[in-house]
Amino acid sequence: MKPARLLADYGMVLVLALLCVLFSVLTFSDQSPTGEAAAKQVSDTLREQFGKTPRVLIATRDQPDDAVYATALQTLLAGSAPDARPAPVVRGEPKDAREALQRLAASGERLDAIACTQATGAWLVFNSLKADFPNLGEPRIVTPRSYRWPNFLKAENLLNIANQIAVIAIVAIGMSMVIITGGIDLSVGSLLALSSVLTARFIRDFAGGTGASASGMLLACLAAILLCGTVGAFSGAMITRFAIPPFIVTLAMMLVGSGLAYILAKGQSIYQIPDSFVWLGRGADVLNIPNAVLLMAVLYGLAHILMSRMKLGRHLYAVGGNSEAARLSGVPVKRVLLFAYIASAALAGLGGVIMASQLKSGSPTYGGMYELYVIAAVVVGGTSLSGGEGRMFGTLAGAFTIAVIQNGMNLTNVESYTQKVVLGLVILGAVLVDKARNTRSA
Amino acid sequence: MTETPPLLQMRGIVKSFPGVKALRGVDLELHTGEVLALLGENGAGKSTLMRILGGAHRADEGDILINGKPSPFSSPQDSRAAGVAVIYQEFNLVPGLTAVENIFLGRETTRGGLIDQRTERARAAALFQRLGAEIDLDTHCRRLTTAQQQLVEIAKALAFDARILVMDEPSAALTVHEVERLFEIIRELRTQGISIIYISHRLDEVFEITDRVAVLRDGLSVGGRPTADITRAQMIQLMVGRELTDEFPKRTTPPGPVRLEVAGLRRGSAVRDVSFNVRRGEILAFTGLVGAGRTETMRLLFGADPRDAGEIRLDGALLDIRSPSDAIASGIGFLTEDRKTQGLVLAHSVRENFGLPNLDRLSNKGFVRMSAESEEFAGYIAQLQIKVPGQEQRAGNLSGGNQQKVVLAKWLARNCEILIFDEPTRGIDVGAKFEIYLLMNALVAAGKSIIMISSELPEVLGMADRILVMRAGCITGEIADARSATQEQVMRLAIA
Repeated sequence: MKPARLLADYGMVLVLALLCVLFSVLTFSDQSPTGEAAAKQVSDTLREQFGKTPRVLIATRDQPDDAVYATALQTLLAGSAPDARPAPVVRGEPKDAREALQRLAASGERLDAIACTQATGAWLVFNSLKADFPNLGEPRIVTPRSYRWPNFLKAENLLNIANQIAVIAIVAIGMSMVIITGGIDLSVGSLLALSSVLTARFIRDFAGGTGASASGMLLACLAAILLCGTVGAFSGAMITRFAIPPFIVTLAMMLVGSGLAYILAKGQSIYQIPDSFVWLGRGADVLNIPNAVLLMAVLYGLAHILMSRMKLGRHLYAVGGNSEAARLSGVPVKRVLLFAYIASAALAGLGGVIMASQLKSGSPTYGGMYELYVIAAVVVGGTSLSGGEGRMFGTLAGAFTIAVIQNGMNLTNVESYTQKVVLGLVILGAVLVDKARNTRSA
Repeated sequence: MTETPPLLQMRGIVKSFPGVKALRGVDLELHTGEVLALLGENGAGKSTLMRILGGAHRADEGDILINGKPSPFSSPQDSRAAGVAVIYQEFNLVPGLTAVENIFLGRETTRGGLIDQRTERARAAALFQRLGAEIDLDTHCRRLTTAQQQLVEIAKALAFDARILVMDEPSAALTVHEVERLFEIIRELRTQGISIIYISHRLDEVFEITDRVAVLRDGLSVGGRPTADITRAQMIQLMVGRELTDEFPKRTTPPGPVRLEVAGLRRGSAVRDVSFNVRRGEILAFTGLVGAGRTETMRLLFGADPRDAGEIRLDGALLDIRSPSDAIASGIGFLTEDRKTQGLVLAHSVRENFGLPNLDRLSNKGFVRMSAESEEFAGYIAQLQIKVPGQEQRAGNLSGGNQQKVVLAKWLARNCEILIFDEPTRGIDVGAKFEIYLLMNALVAAGKSIIMISSELPEVLGMADRILVMRAGCITGEIADARSATQEQVMRLAIA
């Protein structure tokens, strides 16, 4: 493919990249490493200055991150001599540090250094060590060096963005297919809620609640997705058999789906789910990448192949581009439409399962307004609402654009009401840019 | 020199689209009360030139002068202000509005903020009278016939005192009678001092109605002279750039045994008991007036519409055709009359359009074999001499002739036994027409059968082996030897 064509197909990627650059610049700030990264750095410094076995006191606050730091540093310092006594650790406040120092001084030990975190390094107690504890020698204060890096570009933030948009992005795959056929599916938000409730109820009622087995949970998820797919089949049948506009059919199913979710959940959330159920939504088994994000990536890969390489994908485009011409060319138009609505509903069902897993509960309130975010992702991704055009990776870029804007505004402390205004305008702007680009290339 | 300047003068008009230079310095003159034929093959730039005149496109270079004065033509409003009305092939009427509402759309007569219906109706009635049209003012445009819609378009133009009327293929969708009626109106308008630019591929009409001929070829003006001073052969030569000896190529192979048998085909009042058969290596023509049920019959045969009754047999075996895909699987192909709405997905590439009916053949376990697809298509591009910059070109950006060739390619690749050509050369220039005729001959020579629907009698007489004439949903006559038939003979059966 030529670069021009690539840009036309995935121009939104460029916009996304620019947004990332913008937020990176805006969130550029001092970073102090914590946890293991900090421990590694400090240990290297200590060894450089004081040889293989420095005598060190580790000063930390009583926080999880600091605990990781202390443990890691102890292990690293022990290093070549695992039998040696581990470096003493202070956990708490300056007075604890003072007591520890006094104890050490009383026992006649000498210290090369005090390994601190960014916060403990500023404790006043360490300011006049020579005067207060002359017996200890001349311990140096060593803190992890800070560096400049954008908050936005931190790995954990990027993964966070991906994880937060995974559900919307997955549902947007089905929505893209439907919109490419020239239709729309307003029911996905409600189906997402319905699916979360169904999953939770199946686990509670049939799989044994909090004691459910993995296979029981898997069956519950599959059943929920299947039922959502059935709802999609029903919508598709109404659209193809009775020629009711998709907007109307799926608007009706949006109400039906939401109502059913409330009825099945009796208006409440369902929590009786085993802890292990969060594996899909919160787990991260491979390279620290959340499972939901991996699933999303796999699904996008498959959807891209379907749309660009397979007969069915061609048919979806053809039906959206000119359904009569497609029909007269032998395309089974009704079956193709049916597939699109089933796929959209089933993927909404999968979205519901992931959400139930992320939140470890099912609730009829999940997925509120999601249909609009999903449609926004598709449209921002360059798919035309009139059908026949659009690319899967465009949709993915669209979903990420929305996520990046939201995340970026969170990081730059834009308040949530303003965020909505900005997001709305950005969606409009993205579509305008897309239109301008298309008129130029047409 | 004090000669009065021409009413309209277009000088050195240049217009480029991405990848194509559509117009390369075109000059055109139009005098008051003149009917000018604008001729040229498809893709020669006629439509683009007229779109510039209508303000739909903006010229990159060149001037447009009205009565010798340069005028802006950058929007449809400018064009209208200059007294130009363009009636495009696809009418610009809102189907859900009445004739009166359409005529005054955008220029409503108001009184105190409300539409002055009485004045509008009176003016519309006067316009229709001037055109000799009998159209109910309150009928929604979607209920009007094509000819009536055309009259509404003309009335719309006259309503704002247009002095220049551009008509793009006005006779394409009209019956013989309606065309005569249209010519009467054009002559009447000419005496009223209105100038008309008449675009048509039907040279007979050009001789009958126009005063002067201007020919475009490849975006350049290649000749203009009084219609009386030019012969048909010269016209064709100017358009094509070479001489065509015969409009209809000859065939020698006689038809073989019967292959397709259709018996008792029926659907409502559109198709009432139609039976016929087609032989191997035969071109069977269906003719008749528009609305006689020809296309409707073929849609039933192809499974595009459900039939009430009727049996279809191919080589003696009964076919159960319920959808176009059934028909295609049985070896029947249908080149529809309207390429834009039924034949092509305009926004998609020509390659994807080509592949559409052939995907089952060109795919493996659901995966499209892209390289096989483009290789095969490349073969057809070469064979049919389709003028495309590449396989990824959007079908909508091609000229009519090339679009038709893409449609042809997609059906040829299917290797259908029976091919239905519905108005195969409508809106196609002379050169491309001849190529399509040659191709039809090659197909029947290879033992395929062709059913051709056509309203152009010379084409029917020139190409068919056998002619069936339809009227009001029934076959009203058969002419077994098409080569020796006359136009009068056919018309008698069609009208009766």
